Amino acid sequence: MGTATMADIDLKKIDLKKKLKKKGHSQEIWRRFKKNRTAMVGMFIFVFILLVMIFADAIVSYDTAVTQKISNRFIPPGSAGHLFGTDNFGRDILARIVHGSRNSLLMGIGAVVIGIVIGGLLGSIAGFYGGGIDSFIVRTMDTVMCIPLMLLVLSIVAALGASLVNVLIAMMIANVPHYIRIVRAAVLSVAGQDYIEAARACGTPNFLIILKHVIPNAIGPIIVQATMAVGTMIIHAAGISFLGMGIQPPTPEWGAMLNEAKNYMVDYPYTVIFPGLSIGLTALSLNLMGDGLRDALDPKLRD
Amino acid sequence: MLKKTLDKNTVPVLDVRNLEAVYQMDEGVVRAVNDVSFTIAEGETMGLVGETGAGKTTTAFSILRLLPERTGRIPRGEIFYKGENLLKKTPDEMRIIRGSCISMIFQDPMTALNPILTVGDQILESLEIHNIENKTKKELESRVDELMTLVGISPARKNEYPHQFSGGMKQRIVIAIALACEPLLLIADEPTTALDVTIQAQVLVLMEELKGRLGTSMIMISHDLGVVAKTCDSVAIMYAGEIVEYGTAKDIFEGKVHHPYTLGLFQAIPRLDEDTLRLRPINGLMPDPSDLPSGCKFHPRCVDCMDECRDGKPYPYNQNGHRILCNLLQREKRV
Amino acid sequence: MSMLRTVNLKKYFKIGKNRFLHAVDGVNVEIDAGSTLGVVGESGCGKSTMGRLVMGLLPATSGEIFYDGVDILRCTKAELAERRRKMQIIFQDPYSSLNPRMSVFELISEPLVMNRACANKKEQLARVIELMEIVGLAGRFINSYPHEMDGGRRQRIGVARAIALRPEFIVCDEPVSALDVSIQAQILNLLMDMQDEMKLTYMFITHDLSVVKHISDEIMVMYLGQCVERARSKELFKNPLHPYTQALLSAIPQPVLGKLRHDKLLRGEVTDPIDPEPGCRFAKRCNVMKPECIEHDIALQDVGSGHFVACVLCGG
Repeated sequence: MGTATMADIDLKKIDLKKKLKKKGHSQEIWRRFKKNRTAMVGMFIFVFILLVMIFADAIVSYDTAVTQKISNRFIPPGSAGHLFGTDNFGRDILARIVHGSRNSLLMGIGAVVIGIVIGGLLGSIAGFYGGGIDSFIVRTMDTVMCIPLMLLVLSIVAALGASLVNVLIAMMIANVPHYIRIVRAAVLSVAGQDYIEAARACGTPNFLIILKHVIPNAIGPIIVQATMAVGTMIIHAAGISFLGMGIQPPTPEWGAMLNEAKNYMVDYPYTVIFPGLSIGLTALSLNLMGDGLRDALDPKLRD
Repeated sequence: MLKKTLDKNTVPVLDVRNLEAVYQMDEGVVRAVNDVSFTIAEGETMGLVGETGAGKTTTAFSILRLLPERTGRIPRGEIFYKGENLLKKTPDEMRIIRGSCISMIFQDPMTALNPILTVGDQILESLEIHNIENKTKKELESRVDELMTLVGISPARKNEYPHQFSGGMKQRIVIAIALACEPLLLIADEPTTALDVTIQAQVLVLMEELKGRLGTSMIMISHDLGVVAKTCDSVAIMYAGEIVEYGTAKDIFEGKVHHPYTLGLFQAIPRLDEDTLRLRPINGLMPDPSDLPSGCKFHPRCVDCMDECRDGKPYPYNQNGHRILCNLLQREKRV
Repeated sequence: MSMLRTVNLKKYFKIGKNRFLHAVDGVNVEIDAGSTLGVVGESGCGKSTMGRLVMGLLPATSGEIFYDGVDILRCTKAELAERRRKMQIIFQDPYSSLNPRMSVFELISEPLVMNRACANKKEQLARVIELMEIVGLAGRFINSYPHEMDGGRRQRIGVARAIALRPEFIVCDEPVSALDVSIQAQILNLLMDMQDEMKLTYMFITHDLSVVKHISDEIMVMYLGQCVERARSKELFKNPLHPYTQALLSAIPQPVLGKLRHDKLLRGEVTDPIDPEPGCRFAKRCNVMKPECIEHDIALQDVGSGHFVACVLCGG
């Protein structure tokens, strides 16, 4: 069956070449992503936040974010010159949010991205090869996971010295075990599939099998987990700052702003609302994008 | 073996009339079952034959009213069980009918049993649910032993878990559960497809034996014409949601006239008892159930397709209950 | 000359402390170039393990596999890679053996790209289209994904992948078991046509004797890791000698009216060959068992004209 006439096939060949050229893999994914309206909304919000971060100095000067002026305490939002109001030290909240974005995003996204890269690599190796390597990686990481997150981070920061980079390293170490667990589980479910063996049978080397067959099929849950973790990471970073390690006052940072404002929360709720909204909006936008990306990557959900 | 001549005086165990079942999907309406009619007399076994997507399982689920609630619908038709229309029953009434009057055996014994309950408990559970006579626990326990002996497993093994049994043994347990309340109708959905041939033979012989002893009627859903030939009294061949041919086993396996699809199926099976160098497959593929062809559903694959087959429902041919949904035979008869 | 020959091939899986599952236990096969060997048996008989051993997808515990006279278990990696191009496998399940994230084009291209079989993209595209034509896949499917296609078409992709590198030898591991009868016949005919045109050698693994009858020149019946009977296809069906082969043949229901025969039924079920005791492994289920069956291992004996049986009742 199915043998078309020669003329038929020639026509199709020309047609197919055009078709194939038009559709690169990334364009195809982008085309599907664009169709997802919520994902696009998420992306626009996130791009906006990124722009604010990049052009922070052009929007408002750094001085207004750190200079204390007791006479300006608790100016309500909407006032002239202070759109979001001022905090207990008389600093402009808008300016602090704009300039705090850099540290917060670096903390949140940085810790997650590095965690995924390292956790993803180790998790894939553990899940794909199994056996001794698997037990070694998993047992080691289980040990790390037993230590409470805060304690672990604090000890690492205490050992390395308090600085933004060190907090980042500490949070990454604390995070990696979770990602190893998630990635390993996802990889295990894929590694048993026949198409892995089929790829091996046609001579695909192991690292390409992981890259082309395992990771694309295991990535869904990882993306979702990662985008949800960004918000949590920002809050954690704030906790560390609060305990006197990590980012030091008066450097603006969203989590730290929440912490400072919590004493005045009842009387001046706007002091927590705006930094809280910033964290929430960032996490939400990433989450929407993550869901959209996961769907766009899956050809089964096409169109 | 029971004769398939239906006694008009007694009410058939199952009488399905003009059944239609559809699935409401995002992509559109999937017409899984179209205008299906058949009857099953007491003690009769009907084979429901067809390929993937022919609507065999949907037909079975419609009878038990087990179609997925959100998507499945039965827009037309009647299903009479001993003269009572099942489609008019409330969900509670249906729950009682399922298991005690009509029960089902699923294809895969590996997933049909709960791995964390002993097999004895699982048989007991189905007895307890339908315990209308308020039997004591002890009476029910002895009934479990009885059932296990019936399907050829020592009652001493009732405290073992499903993983301790092999595939064929598990299917025997599934059969014991299905027969627990002595249903009048048993629907077996490919009961031996997941089993090896030698085990399949054992299970088929067992089912045959039990059927004879308990007088249960049965719908045997299968894609294997061999299995149907050995177990069924009547046969319905389904294609794209329709019964294209229906008759006694003799009509189907030894009759002279057939639907082209039936002929195609027979020719496509590799035979042990015949020497052929090349198989003769049916051209083309099963149609997409959400986009069925017009006219006769089989016409795009049919070697004898005529103009009149492309539009309009084919004229049914009927000779002493041997029904064939094809224009070809009708024309021969007219000429 | 034989294209593939195994000598005393064994594969034991460790399943606990000093407990071994004898999946393949001393099997000798020989397949002539251009012919088909059917490997038949029930689940757990080691037929799939056999295919994977021959393909080098699993390391053998002991024994030798000669491909074109060269022992592939003892050659260098580079040599092995070269041999591997000539040997391919078609998998049973066309649903799980294709990566759902890859399009038909990518799937058929994979073996070509991995083995640098094409000089450039243009050549690759031409070859993919050519392969699709050979296996009877319409060109419009080139950008489709596996989930958009039915079982028969998917299995055609599997076949296209297997023949992409112009192999000489293909292991067909139950290639039609997951397909409907009418589609099954299409794929079987395709495999037979390809064999004629490309002079392919097949090792056809299946549980279904009626399928293998049509495609095989020689048939090997396996039971619990061992070969119990081997003969030319016609001879085996005309004159099955081993009680297991006989039982297997009589258990297959033919589409002819009648009842299954009780007297030919086998007792019991297949057990796992975990550290098996000496003697015939089929003895426990055998209807004609004799005391000597469980005394010592029973070797495969030639009973004439290339018909081999491992049973005390035959030969000797």
